[in-house]
Amino acid sequence: MATTSPSLARAAELRRRGRFHPGDAALHGVTLVAALGAVALLALIAWKVVDQARPAMHRFGLHFLVSNTWDPGVHQVFGAAAFIFGTAVTSLGALLIAGPLSIAIALFLTELAPRWLRGPIGTLVEMLAAVPSVVVGLWGILVMGPFVANHLEPWLKHTFGFLPLFGGDPSIFGLLPAILVLTIMITPIVSSVSRELFLGVPQDLKEGALALGTTRWEMIRGVVLPYARSGIAAALILGLGRAVGEAIAVTQVIGGNVAIHWSLFRPGDTLASRIASQYQGATTKLQVGSIAYLATILLVFSLVANVVAQAIVRKVARRQPLIR
Amino acid sequence: MSALSANTDGLRRRRAVNRLMEAIATAAAFAAVVVLGIMVVSVARRGGAAIDLNLFTKTPHPFSFTNQPSGLANAFVGTAVIVGIATAMAVPVGVLSAIYLNEFARARVAFLIALALDVLNGVPAIVVGIFVFALIVVHHGQSALAGSFALSILMIPLIARATQEVLALVPQATREGSLALGVSRWRTTLGVVLPQTIGAIVTGTTLAVARVAGETAPLLFTSSIVGDRLQWNPHLALASVPLKIFEYSESPDPADHARAWAAALVLISFVLVASITARALAARSRRRMGLHR
Repeated sequence: MATTSPSLARAAELRRRGRFHPGDAALHGVTLVAALGAVALLALIAWKVVDQARPAMHRFGLHFLVSNTWDPGVHQVFGAAAFIFGTAVTSLGALLIAGPLSIAIALFLTELAPRWLRGPIGTLVEMLAAVPSVVVGLWGILVMGPFVANHLEPWLKHTFGFLPLFGGDPSIFGLLPAILVLTIMITPIVSSVSRELFLGVPQDLKEGALALGTTRWEMIRGVVLPYARSGIAAALILGLGRAVGEAIAVTQVIGGNVAIHWSLFRPGDTLASRIASQYQGATTKLQVGSIAYLATILLVFSLVANVVAQAIVRKVARRQPLIR
Repeated sequence: MSALSANTDGLRRRRAVNRLMEAIATAAAFAAVVVLGIMVVSVARRGGAAIDLNLFTKTPHPFSFTNQPSGLANAFVGTAVIVGIATAMAVPVGVLSAIYLNEFARARVAFLIALALDVLNGVPAIVVGIFVFALIVVHHGQSALAGSFALSILMIPLIARATQEVLALVPQATREGSLALGVSRWRTTLGVVLPQTIGAIVTGTTLAVARVAGETAPLLFTSSIVGDRLQWNPHLALASVPLKIFEYSESPDPADHARAWAAALVLISFVLVASITARALAARSRRRMGLHR
């Protein structure tokens, strides 16, 4: 990466030889400012969002995290517990479906598919990530929602109705549609990162396993998956981060309800979608502060998740030059 | 004998497991493609039925439940203005950061800046919206400029990383050759190295535009309180296509749903065509640089 960066000594030497150009210093300076600006942005985001949340932090403190009320009326009491719960259920639910699915897709694309099919299918899967979330949400309300309410949920209720997860009345809006929408949105990300990982598994390890008489699946289980294990963890964390931060598509299908319950059929809300749904209604300083408080929780989570995932990715990349 | 048959039984079982797993992986890949297909087909069918010239030439009719001609001209103009300004803000910062990252920074500094860019890329769009709300909107009110700033924050890491990746592929000999001819470093960088990455900058920018053209969340708090008139002034809050789809998707009026589908069709066509073109360009320039991936 960092190439021939002239150390100060070298710059001094160039100057001695009369080869120092003010243009060099200027370009160095301008690009440095741009790069630092991009980094400073991250710090500024954190500071401004926390600053905006201050009234709510002052008023509710950490109790905000466990309080299950969102009352913008005369009482002005706000809490995030229901949204944290909704975020956890929908994101983990989506990850539970999208994780294995994405790994399977990546395995198909690297180990099974005929060579001519790999490019096109890989591109199509990634196109799924390019569909704007508001379009996924529109489709989620008007096409997927009715299907879920009329077919999927009645079937789940009929088959697994004894579980509290699948109790309650089927509905277009609820946690389950949100899980499905998020699954659609994070599958392309997790599978494209996993594909890169699987491409980086050394060919001779794979061939060695096959030469020992393993079937293809045994080779995958014994060589490919263990080799890519930590990278897969990073891919899953990135997917989780994306699911947690998704606001629009979730707002459209989740139903916007402040409640903690075990039924996936009933409406709920997530941190991100609660913020999104408040964009017109917030009037008091305390409510705006509470929205920023929700954003702070999201920001902290996304920073931690991304730093951890990127640290893993970089560690893996040092071992496998193929992965960027 | 029994050992042998047990062995073949074991082999049969192992082969069966293998076939099962292969079938599952194949099914998973096709499921993803089928979902994309269903989504694109439903947008194309419903949007295609509702799309007409009025969508691009008329502004929204002030009342719901009427048969008066109604369109989203103001939203298309607004999205063009907001995304255009965002691109103008993000490209210089992105490209210059990439140059610093690849040409000037030492390994450790480069590592940290690249990490910061990747983490910035992971900040949820809705949080970026709240940030710009707190930074600008609280003091100066909503405007297309505030929306552009929010979108540019999402674009910078994409453009910077795309540029930097290709800068890293420019052979060291190119730089050394130029320096050996007595060309100064800054002219080498801008005149010899950078032109080789123009393709990547265009690709990265196109992908970034495709990504933010459909972003709704950053605009909710920065450019959402808008009227139905057609406006070009970026100091005002301007309507945008994704936000209109968002509003219409929650409307009770079926005519609004129809317009939402039509707008979604336009948006999704733009986004998909842009990303496919960008990918094709990227693949071509990679091949030209002798990298087969």
